[in-house]
Amino acid sequence: MATEALALAGINALYADSHVLHDVSFSFNAGRVLALLGRNGAGKTTCMSTIIGFLPPRDGEIRLFGEPIGRLMPETISRKGVGFVPQGRRIFPTLTVRENLTVARQSRGGAAKPWTLDRVCELFPGLKGRLQQPAGSLSGGEQQMLAIGRALMGNPRLLLMDEPSEGLAPRIVAEMRRTIARLKQEGQSIVLVEQNIKLALDLADDVVMLNTGRVAFAGSVDEVRGNEALITQHLGVF
Amino acid sequence: MSRVAWLALLAVLLAGFPWIAGEFYVNLTSQIFIAAIFAASLNLLVGYGGLPSLGHAAFLGMAAYLSALLYLKLGLGHWITAPIVLAATTLMACVFGWIALRATGLSFLMLTLALSQVLWGTAYRWVAVTEGDNGLRGLTRPAPFGISLDDPAAFYYFTLAITVLAIWIMARFVGSSFGAALRGTRDQPRRMSALGHNVWLIRWITFVYAGFWGAVSGLLFVYYNKYIHPASLSLTSSAEGLLGVIAGGSGTLAGPIVGAALVMILKNYVSAYIERWNMLLGFVFVMIVIFMPDGLVPGIRRLWARWKAK
Repeated sequence: MATEALALAGINALYADSHVLHDVSFSFNAGRVLALLGRNGAGKTTCMSTIIGFLPPRDGEIRLFGEPIGRLMPETISRKGVGFVPQGRRIFPTLTVRENLTVARQSRGGAAKPWTLDRVCELFPGLKGRLQQPAGSLSGGEQQMLAIGRALMGNPRLLLMDEPSEGLAPRIVAEMRRTIARLKQEGQSIVLVEQNIKLALDLADDVVMLNTGRVAFAGSVDEVRGNEALITQHLGVF
Repeated sequence: MSRVAWLALLAVLLAGFPWIAGEFYVNLTSQIFIAAIFAASLNLLVGYGGLPSLGHAAFLGMAAYLSALLYLKLGLGHWITAPIVLAATTLMACVFGWIALRATGLSFLMLTLALSQVLWGTAYRWVAVTEGDNGLRGLTRPAPFGISLDDPAAFYYFTLAITVLAIWIMARFVGSSFGAALRGTRDQPRRMSALGHNVWLIRWITFVYAGFWGAVSGLLFVYYNKYIHPASLSLTSSAEGLLGVIAGGSGTLAGPIVGAALVMILKNYVSAYIERWNMLLGFVFVMIVIFMPDGLVPGIRRLWARWKAK
């Protein structure tokens, strides 16, 4: 029987009086990629913030591999195995590339092939020659690779990626696609928030669509592919 | 000239300084060393932790007063008082850090100021113990291995050795993985917590560590002056340290040393010629902020790089 990697049940989240997430529920199994889609302002990033602990839910439950994490501090959630690649990279610009990676290092028992500095450099060869360079001097694409590498250094059981292709050149986006595909192949559970619908549908196994903070659709990627009406209705593209 | 060659030249200059300079300049340099340790310890908070403090003199003053009181009231020798003073002041930093780090930014600044003012007020008003505005006198300098530190040159070498050791240990601290985490909390605290770091704990450890080095500078301060007055705990004392850090370049190793030297030279040397030396200090600080907003060390490095590129 497949293990449930992440499950949200009846999540309501508010920024002060502004009710952003309304009774959001979805789940997906380990080793799969879930694409979390929606228009701007649909609540995707808020959903990520709620999972990572930046915005504790008003009510509802979040479970990571069966363990409740909804009321924990961000650092505790991270130590339980949630890695986060934030929107806009948010690397530490004054730290060197090496420091950016080592500062995120967490060991996790049971990881078959733990992520190390060498392994991250093997995944992103572009970073190898720049380990001593301040991270702020990297290009946008390199910074995105560093942000992913940094999240991987925590050996996450679940990787949250918030718009990893945002603002990148097509060539870099293609490289990003290959990287995420490789992580998926290695059995990494991933929640992928993307505005690039094609990229998201190419990589995802499961899809959740949010519309004004509510789950508008939850199902397999096959149900979404070719269903232009569904995509147009909730994402306004195609 | 390579970095090693520069360092070797500096080492020769510092080692030979008491042979070529007069007593006044030797004493002034000893005071610069003490101020450099103080500023470098404050820089751990301000420059590397992003935690501007206006109460760092609390550690210098507390260490100095404790050392003086243990010597005068209990008659304890320096080699017993020094570890007690360092432990007690570090313990105080544990408590002060726990209180001050309830907040960040401006509120943290005001909390550090408030805590140091409590100590200043106590030193000023608790006349029975501290002798208030008269201060505590009749103190002596230690004599390690039988070498009297009353001689300016001997004290110079003593403070130089401790300063080099202190700066080296602080450099190792900021260059370590903990130092990288500290700089991470300065730049993006939320991101650091998302990476599994306890931001509060990192800041608290740094606060305590900075307090320890503040105490080291306090011990040297009281050894140098053989006298302690509530002014050492005052806002002015904390502000001078902060001024040194900002003027020299916060978040750099050399910056606080250069900044502390600038403040001490203006305070001890220029004040002999200019009555309103505080005005000059303010003017110099404003000029630095206008022309080298990152501080003297980063500013000079930038100019040097530009000149070399031509």
